[in-house]
Amino acid sequence: MSDNQNPPADTSKDVTVAPEAGTAVGPADRFPDPGVPEHKHRLTDTDLSAAKRAERTVTILFVLSILGTIGSIVAYVMVPPDGTTAGVRLSTLLIGLGLALSLLGIGIAGIHWAKALMGDREFVQERHTLATQGEDREIAIRDLNEGLEDSGVVGRRGVLKGAFFGALALFPLALAVPLIGSVGGDWNISKFKHTMWKNGMRLAIDPSGRPIKASDVTVGSVFHVVPETTEEYRGTHDWITEKSKAVVLMVRLNPEDLRTDQSPEGETWSHEGIVAYSKICTHVGCPVALYEQQTHHLLCPCHQSTFDIADSAKVVFGPANRRLPQLPITVDSDGYLIAQDDFAEPIGPSFWERLK
Amino acid sequence: MKALAARRHHRLAPVVLLLLALLTTGGIYAALAPSTANAETVSTADIETGKKLFQANCATCHGANAEGRDGVPSLVGVGAAAVDFQVSTGRMPMQMNGPQALEKPAQFNEEQTAALAAYVASMGAGPAIPTDQQVDAAEGDPSNGMALFRTNCAMCHNAVGAGGALSEGKFAPALWETSERNIYQAMLTGPQSMPVFNDVNITPDEKRDIVSFLVEQREGSAGGNALGALGPVSEGLWAFAIGLGLLIGAAVWIGAKSS
Repeated sequence: MSDNQNPPADTSKDVTVAPEAGTAVGPADRFPDPGVPEHKHRLTDTDLSAAKRAERTVTILFVLSILGTIGSIVAYVMVPPDGTTAGVRLSTLLIGLGLALSLLGIGIAGIHWAKALMGDREFVQERHTLATQGEDREIAIRDLNEGLEDSGVVGRRGVLKGAFFGALALFPLALAVPLIGSVGGDWNISKFKHTMWKNGMRLAIDPSGRPIKASDVTVGSVFHVVPETTEEYRGTHDWITEKSKAVVLMVRLNPEDLRTDQSPEGETWSHEGIVAYSKICTHVGCPVALYEQQTHHLLCPCHQSTFDIADSAKVVFGPANRRLPQLPITVDSDGYLIAQDDFAEPIGPSFWERLK
Repeated sequence: MKALAARRHHRLAPVVLLLLALLTTGGIYAALAPSTANAETVSTADIETGKKLFQANCATCHGANAEGRDGVPSLVGVGAAAVDFQVSTGRMPMQMNGPQALEKPAQFNEEQTAALAAYVASMGAGPAIPTDQQVDAAEGDPSNGMALFRTNCAMCHNAVGAGGALSEGKFAPALWETSERNIYQAMLTGPQSMPVFNDVNITPDEKRDIVSFLVEQREGSAGGNALGALGPVSEGLWAFAIGLGLLIGAAVWIGAKSS
């Protein structure tokens, strides 16, 4: 540090005590190098019996490791998993305990050996500076300049240069175009707006697929409902996509508990206290299915949005800000519950084109 | 007729008559007497006992005729299954008001519980107590039970039945300690916050499948301690607090000088 770098603080010359022998010269170097502290001997260096004891400890640890290895193999042979949960757990536990003993034994013994018995004198390891020295640097810079001049990038051969930079600039497109092109994949927004529910489609129990009679839905019941389809269709991939939009939760309330005056279509969308709502949360699309029978509240497990089923699935708590869409239902001539139509609005969370 | 009259005096005739009489009375008794404590086959004496127990322990809240009042459900038509569930798990009689009635040691023995169930069932038809065969986990299909459990139960009771929180201090209890009969009854009657799953929604066979799946969960996880099966919260806490703590401890020990 030179004087002109911090002239205001430069009072060191006046206050510095005379530098002690062995310290570096210069006014700013105020602290003498403390050097290596005096070497203290360990107990095992001075006390022979302590050394013996440490030696014995290390030996015992290695022997424990050997026993652990043997134990692990014995456990593998003697206690194979017998097919039950408890059997698998016991087998894994015994092999694991053996392995843990085997490795921990080696590790702890090795470290204890090094710390207590091997030499503990301090060593100084000299290092040279990492930066390249003056002459080598100049040679490197000269070589680079020569290469640049030789390639002719500066000045001559315009077309060649254009081709070179063009190739470099264009090559990332080979990665970027397929990557960006497959984002979304499918820009058909209309399928967010419709589910497979349509007029006359029967309501069926998930996962068995049995259609539901209105008389079977007793007060206080919760039915997890999917559209009635064939067994083969329920085995297809398409079904998973459609089911994820069409799932419905159906409950029957005492008709006097039910407030239908606020729902868009009032009582005509329910049937004698039976109401069906989309099970997809209007917040971010989790399945809303924690139904409290006594309070008629339906909870979303992800962010605790709470909907009041007795009051057209109004949001009573949480981050959701729209009601759950209601599936309009009625009964057919055989007494089975059927949908009157698809949901009147898109189910699930908001998206840009939702209301277009 | 003459032959019969002659044999009437046979010296073994009284013995035969006695045996016949015993068989008849025994047969009639077997046909009429209650074989189990189930609600369908209870005697009027049971109902009388149940009525007395009800008046002494339940009528304060549920009313003398079990008609219920504000915030207290009527028990007419809830059936023997509901009474057996609530009383045998100790939830009823309720000790104090709270978000929900908690499980506690049962206050009545089996006979008293059966009598109470019989009395309540006599006031209005409702779901009966399931038979041992209906709740026999060995006869159920745990794999189908898992599919049903995931659809109908897992959102509240957790994927392996560890239980979970509801709103305002209510919660869905863990199901590992719950008896097979109580699990079945809970589905059938929908106690407290839980909705009802009647026999059309989940058929008796499917209910048994669910019982079977839950009985399998009692063995725990093959991977060792599941830390309450609560997922990333308990596992993360364990890894960060205990796992990292041990690693830091080991690093400190390795770096420290031997004395």
